[in-house]
Amino acid sequence: MISFSPSEEQQMIVTAVKQFANGEMRKIYRECEEGGEIPSSVVDTAWQMGLVASSLPEECGGFGGEHSAITGSLISEELAWGDLSMAMHILSPALLAYPVLETGTDAQRKKYLPLVCDEKFRAATSALIEPRFDFDPYSLSTTARLDGDQYVLDGAKCLVPLAAEADLLLVYAAENGSSQGFIVERGTRGLEVGEREKNMGIRGLATYGLSLKNCRVPRENRLGGAKGGDFERIMNRSRVALAAMAVGVARAAFEYSRDYARERVAFGEPIASRQAIAFMLAEMAIEIDATRLMTWEAAWKLDRKEDATKEASLVKAYADDMVMMVTDRGVQILGGHGYIREHPVELWLRNARGFATFDGMAMV
Amino acid sequence: MIDFEPTPEQQEEVKAAHAFARDLFRPVSRHYDEHEHDSPDELIDKMWAERSKGTLALGLDVASALRIEELCWGDAGLFMCSPGPGLGGAAVFASGTKEQMERFLGGFNEGGPKWGAMAMTESGCGSDTSAITTTAVRDGDHWVLNGEKIFVTWGKRAAENKDGLVVVWATVDKSAGRAGMKSFVVPAGTPGMRVEKLEKKLGIRASDTATIVFDDCRIPFENILGSPEVKKTDKTQTKGFKGAMATFDATRPIVGAMALGVGRAALDFVREALEKEGVKIRYGVRKHKLTALERDLMEMEANYKAARLLTLRALWMMSQLLPNNLESSMAKAKAGLAVTRITQKAVEIMGPLGYSQKFLLEKWMRDAKINDIFEGTGQINMLIVARRVLDYSRDQLK
Repeated sequence: MISFSPSEEQQMIVTAVKQFANGEMRKIYRECEEGGEIPSSVVDTAWQMGLVASSLPEECGGFGGEHSAITGSLISEELAWGDLSMAMHILSPALLAYPVLETGTDAQRKKYLPLVCDEKFRAATSALIEPRFDFDPYSLSTTARLDGDQYVLDGAKCLVPLAAEADLLLVYAAENGSSQGFIVERGTRGLEVGEREKNMGIRGLATYGLSLKNCRVPRENRLGGAKGGDFERIMNRSRVALAAMAVGVARAAFEYSRDYARERVAFGEPIASRQAIAFMLAEMAIEIDATRLMTWEAAWKLDRKEDATKEASLVKAYADDMVMMVTDRGVQILGGHGYIREHPVELWLRNARGFATFDGMAMV
Repeated sequence: MIDFEPTPEQQEEVKAAHAFARDLFRPVSRHYDEHEHDSPDELIDKMWAERSKGTLALGLDVASALRIEELCWGDAGLFMCSPGPGLGGAAVFASGTKEQMERFLGGFNEGGPKWGAMAMTESGCGSDTSAITTTAVRDGDHWVLNGEKIFVTWGKRAAENKDGLVVVWATVDKSAGRAGMKSFVVPAGTPGMRVEKLEKKLGIRASDTATIVFDDCRIPFENILGSPEVKKTDKTQTKGFKGAMATFDATRPIVGAMALGVGRAALDFVREALEKEGVKIRYGVRKHKLTALERDLMEMEANYKAARLLTLRALWMMSQLLPNNLESSMAKAKAGLAVTRITQKAVEIMGPLGYSQKFLLEKWMRDAKINDIFEGTGQINMLIVARRVLDYSRDQLK
């Protein structure tokens, strides 16, 4: 039966995450952005909410809850509303955990999932994006080649969140033309984590380039074993997560510029009482809601284990455009003030531009 | 629980509506486009029979929206000929008493086909509904209506066919502005009500759009919907005007559903035509590897989806008895504009095949446009959305 109401449990989670986003993230996001660092105390507080562990099985150290892409979308939107860098940092263990949970072998689940179910936050990550303008997740330049009992990985990656501190990295590489995941432990020979990257946005999040040169991992580290992982499903989970985060960022910019427009007086009236501004806000509101509903629909398909490629890729592309439109207007509505770093809208615009690039950097 | 799957019963209804649209609307679609004021009587009888079976018993809910999308996929103009209480019924539901609902709508399903219309627009006012000049003057146990209404959707059928009704908006006190606005039920055939003319339109030509004149038209006093009282002290908080607006909260997403049907017809047409030529739309491929055609089509599909979900949400909220004024205008604004663009793009993509009257695509582009105009233009709905998100009154945001 068609319904747009999250379950009671989902509503409770949303309330808790909202509180955290508003009370903790919003207080320090600018500092984190400028300083390039997220205090571990905040990350730990978020981690204790069990946002990732709650959907991992009990025998692997999780809380045994259902792993739902809809719940993941709700969480992702709220965290990204708080701050995108922090959201990606806090949820980074999911980059490894969810692909392992969803398409890993039993042995991989037993071995790796407990490592991300610690009481304390332990970074884990994945490396998909490559530093090329024509990067294509289905045609990776990084290669994997079977050599006896080992896979040999060669190539270069970028935009890998928390690569320097992560104990486990899920590296995607082309094996005979198909994209597969390989679990690489920290310190593996041939894996070199580069300098911390400087990006236009998400500056609070530590991202790195990786170089893989004759990097050898045991054969059993191939995600999903001999059968391989379900790369399409992983991509769709990432598309949904990023679309949800785009909705969160856009909502932040919409709310801020709406409140500003109600307060800012020009020619004797709040600027919001002019249709030129009001109609921008109306369109922003409509597109944010529309994107959220499309995100839920794609997530719902994933939860039903149906092919979600069409829904997920449509909403991802839609969200990429939507979040740019909304954050750009956020800056525009604030005018000169929008350009000044005292206001957050310029930061949201910079973060928004990344969504079309962030493939694989978030996961539900 | 968030869920996007219609119930098994709804799925069956959707299938039936689709088959009806495909088998009965599509074959005569072009004929009634070219013969604008012909009445599809045979088809109307079939629709009336289906209505009593339930297939075409349409209300203002999610289940109806799903079927309306299918029917308008077939032909939006012919869908608009479907007999039923329609917009007039919606107005009675929104602001009538129980007794009035029973009196005006109770027998609606009996006998032959009948229609209910709503007469709001006048030559001097469209979106600004509070500026209407049609008057209602009390004369003992009666109201006497005088004025002219234009653009009355299925107005001829409602005003002339036995047992139909027209809900007319009129002012009982011009000096009271919105507070003086009331709605009245005028039964078909009431002396003093006559159809003056039928419009010739860009699209939805099968649907009649009438000018109705009220010339000392007398109706019983108890045909007024809502209270006859005029509260001059508070001009904005008026039940009559609010009743009209509440009707729109229900009907706007239904227009959204109609729009979706036309949009999907165009999308299906383009997709099938391309498939025949071996052109497949590749989802999940990175943007730089897509063709311009694929990008266009995906954008059209995404916009269709966006409009569809907003529409379903607005109706779902109504079924949950949640206020949906904002969401219903969001749905209408999005759907009206989305299908206007989708169909226009579809014609462009198909080139001469799109422009030719050999196919129905060009007709769908003409049909689609009305959805961005009636039941509140796109701009009026944007204004409502803006007021809601800003929490502004109409004085704060004009």
